[in-house]
Amino acid sequence: MSSSYFKDKEPREFKGRVFAATVLIGAAFFTLLFRFWYLQVKEHSYYNELSQNNATRLIKAVAPRGVIYDRLGIKIAENRPGFDLYIVPEDVKDWPKTKQMLASLIDIDEETIDERLEKSKKRPPFQAVKIKEDLSWDETVRVESFKFEIPGIMLDVAPKRSYVFGEATAHLLGYLGEISEKELKEREEEGESYSPGDLTGKYGLEKYYEKELRGVDGGKELEVDALGRKIRVVNWIPPYPGNNMKLTIDIRTQVAAWIALKDKVGAAVAMDPKTGKVLAMVSTPTFDPNALSTGISRDEWKEIIENPLNVMNNRAVQGQYPPASTYKPIHAAAALEEGVITPETKIFSGPSYWFAGRAYRDWKEEGHGIINVHRAIVESSDTFFYQVGLKLGIDRLADYTKRFGFGTKTGVPIHNEKAGLVPSSEWKKKTYGVKWYEGETISVSVGQGYMLTTPLQLLNAYAAIANGGTLWKPLLVEEIKTPEGKEISRTVSEKRGELGISEKTMDRVRDGLRGVTHDDGGTARFLSRTTDLKIAGKTGTAQVAKLIKRTKNVESIAYKYRDHAWFAGFAPYDNPEIAVVVIVEHGGFGASAAAPVARELFKAYFGKAEEAAGIETAPAQPAPPQGGPAVVPISTEGRKPALPAEEARD
Amino acid sequence: MIDRRLFTHFDWAILSVIIGLVCVGFASIYSATHIHMPSIYTKDMYWIGIGSGMMLLAIVFSYSYLERFAYVIYGLSIALLISVFFIGSSFSGAKRWISLGFFTLQPSEFAKLALIIMLAKYFNEKLISDKGMGLKDLIVPAVIMIIPFLLIAKQPDLGTGIILWMIFWSMAFVVKIRTRVILGLGALFAAVAPFGWVFLKDYQKARITSFMSPESDPLGSGYHVMQSKIAIGSGGFLGKGFMEGTQGKLMFLPEHHTDFIFAVLAEEWGLLGVMVVLGLFLALIISGINTASSSKDRFGFLVAFGITAMFFWQVFINLGMVAGIMPVVGVPLPFISYGGSFLITSMIAAGILLNINMRRFIF
Repeated sequence: MSSSYFKDKEPREFKGRVFAATVLIGAAFFTLLFRFWYLQVKEHSYYNELSQNNATRLIKAVAPRGVIYDRLGIKIAENRPGFDLYIVPEDVKDWPKTKQMLASLIDIDEETIDERLEKSKKRPPFQAVKIKEDLSWDETVRVESFKFEIPGIMLDVAPKRSYVFGEATAHLLGYLGEISEKELKEREEEGESYSPGDLTGKYGLEKYYEKELRGVDGGKELEVDALGRKIRVVNWIPPYPGNNMKLTIDIRTQVAAWIALKDKVGAAVAMDPKTGKVLAMVSTPTFDPNALSTGISRDEWKEIIENPLNVMNNRAVQGQYPPASTYKPIHAAAALEEGVITPETKIFSGPSYWFAGRAYRDWKEEGHGIINVHRAIVESSDTFFYQVGLKLGIDRLADYTKRFGFGTKTGVPIHNEKAGLVPSSEWKKKTYGVKWYEGETISVSVGQGYMLTTPLQLLNAYAAIANGGTLWKPLLVEEIKTPEGKEISRTVSEKRGELGISEKTMDRVRDGLRGVTHDDGGTARFLSRTTDLKIAGKTGTAQVAKLIKRTKNVESIAYKYRDHAWFAGFAPYDNPEIAVVVIVEHGGFGASAAAPVARELFKAYFGKAEEAAGIETAPAQPAPPQGGPAVVPISTEGRKPALPAEEARD
Repeated sequence: MIDRRLFTHFDWAILSVIIGLVCVGFASIYSATHIHMPSIYTKDMYWIGIGSGMMLLAIVFSYSYLERFAYVIYGLSIALLISVFFIGSSFSGAKRWISLGFFTLQPSEFAKLALIIMLAKYFNEKLISDKGMGLKDLIVPAVIMIIPFLLIAKQPDLGTGIILWMIFWSMAFVVKIRTRVILGLGALFAAVAPFGWVFLKDYQKARITSFMSPESDPLGSGYHVMQSKIAIGSGGFLGKGFMEGTQGKLMFLPEHHTDFIFAVLAEEWGLLGVMVVLGLFLALIISGINTASSSKDRFGFLVAFGITAMFFWQVFINLGMVAGIMPVVGVPLPFISYGGSFLITSMIAAGILLNINMRRFIF
């Protein structure tokens, strides 16, 4: 027991004040009781009438989502007004007639109406149920003129999402959809309030930044007459719009990429190598986010998800491919840095290389002769890198590869990003319990075999090559502001790591990449002939047959996934401002299928003045009534047919 | 630790009152949420379970441990409050919770108890002249209160912050403050209050203006109070019956299972139900005062009085706000409003009260 002066004194000293407190408590309780008596007995009839006469109907006032801008401030996702059709079941007098009338007035069948009603069975009384979203103009007029014959029907205006560039930004921005029961439960657990029928981001940035983009819904309390017809708005709690977002995306580059890729299957990504800001991200085939966001029929949805080309896959971050020859510069950097070769080391690189009784062939039938590493990159010699790879060994190669960010997620703010795969002896032991074979090193040394990368990872690595050795975390969002314009967050470039490779080595590698597009015999020589953008880069042709050797059903898959075309590069080579990666699935040779797409991105990015002017006016044009994709072509004339086959080289 | 004699002194009446309040609370939460938020009332059952366990612990161990560990308890609660800023999760603009995976902890709730224990220890060991405490004597206890208050106000959680102030003044008052000081501070507060306005957040300002005249702004902040009054008033003397309420459940009374739960109760059970619940609270508070007066030592007195004061102010402010005679400040109703940390804290507090009560004859 601690000794204290008062310890042994009984608390009698407080008596007077305890009494005062008791009196206060009594008074307080009496006041409360009096107040409740006043409300519940004295004024009961008044409040009861108010509650009865709460002949009011509640309609949610949906908050407009935050507007999304590109890096120059061009709107790429905004809101437009649209009409929704509601029904207040308590006001409906004659169900069969109502359903029948509705089915004839608007494009909806009775089953869908029943389904809708069933879904919102648990609503508070007199709350309206949304029957159809975003009516067409004709439907709105028809409903408006017949509404007196069908009590319980209500029309209300609500903001609808509109993606200004439609399909061009589909995978990047994503789309909205009605919240599912599962999502509803998850959100409730997170303490977010959603109710059935609410829209939520389902994909892309709309999903990732749901919390920012979604505003706070308000409510409208309408006073209605005996038939449920609106008399006036009694209460109006205004909705509060979501936060606006400015992206790092350059919409000109984005749209150019989409135009160049739209008839192909693949992905194109571009990044500012100095900061990691992503300038473009396109994946094809794509979908129409405007149609998806404002309700689409079950058949249309089925068509999308059952498409064998996997439309809902964002190939830029979810597609995993062997990097093929685009991997050679990374391999070269590792070998030079480790001193396995010097820039002057010349190796005989014939048509094929024999190892352990098997011939590993070069893509070029006549071989490359005796060449150094510069020529090996320029001509993309396979046999050169087979030999260097064997000297370097898989584990040293894997170590360097990981430094370039392969094998781990880049951390881009998009859900379900894939990590790719960097094989090593340890990895193989762990995964298959088998030791590594040197023959497998040969495959990996030219970016085949087990090695897998997403286009974004490859872009990240090329950006690091371009900037001299910093691996930036890819950024998509530049800043987030409240509707009043107050800044909430501004993105700061964040390092994923440093390559830790000497400046000299990086210079050599960059010089090799410049050679690919500028030297005689370079695999993408045409890029310097047709443009003057100082592009440096590397082509690649990925065969995945080896990758899937483990699967039983080799034939079917091997055929389907043969020959993906790659291009990875940056420009201008002496002071890189943009790095680009393009993949075209079974597009053939990298030089003929992917490089021309990449060229369109470079051209759009550097073709600043006049083309930007063309785009800035675009959102000002009236949007098509049904919210169709308002894609503004930038310059289609820039698209050149692929090169003749004999010039196409890996 | 457990003396057989303790059972003979155990006050079953207080326990019954608490059980009664918890049952009323669960019934109201069930009625308010079973349609739209069914997960709420199932979670509430867990809270009641955890709360009962904690209450049992608070009864079993002699409250003299509270005095011995007062510094530790106080220090821990401050540390928890600070950690909210680093690892807390925010919800509708306020950062109050620490997520522990399956449930979220609201440290500001526990801070109230820590404050009571710390103040009781401080006042217990302090020499006070017969005239009462002067301004200087109030500095140290005020600092003890201000530290958690500032941390809670920063979250922001105005309601809990106000409760801390009320606990402090109630305890200081009962220890005795010089009359001069009481009058002086009262005058000062009246003079300074208008300036404090500047520091309030917009929604807090709106709540106060709407309290002054709810009808002037029926569309905005006054809406809550108006709907609450309609719900209560339409209940009448006998109420609409359990689960029969319509007004309280409308989605425009968004805090109907937390701060405004009493409106749901008053609508469904009428003035009769209101009187029963008021009676239960009055019984709890009066037995709290009795427990304090009959406690065997000064520390016990101070803790019991502090807890009673906490209950009283929470009940008074919450009911006053639901009934539209006080501004909406976000103070929940003990044992009845939904909220895990809040219910557990209230049950621990009740347990300590029972603890002090049953040890009143044992030295």
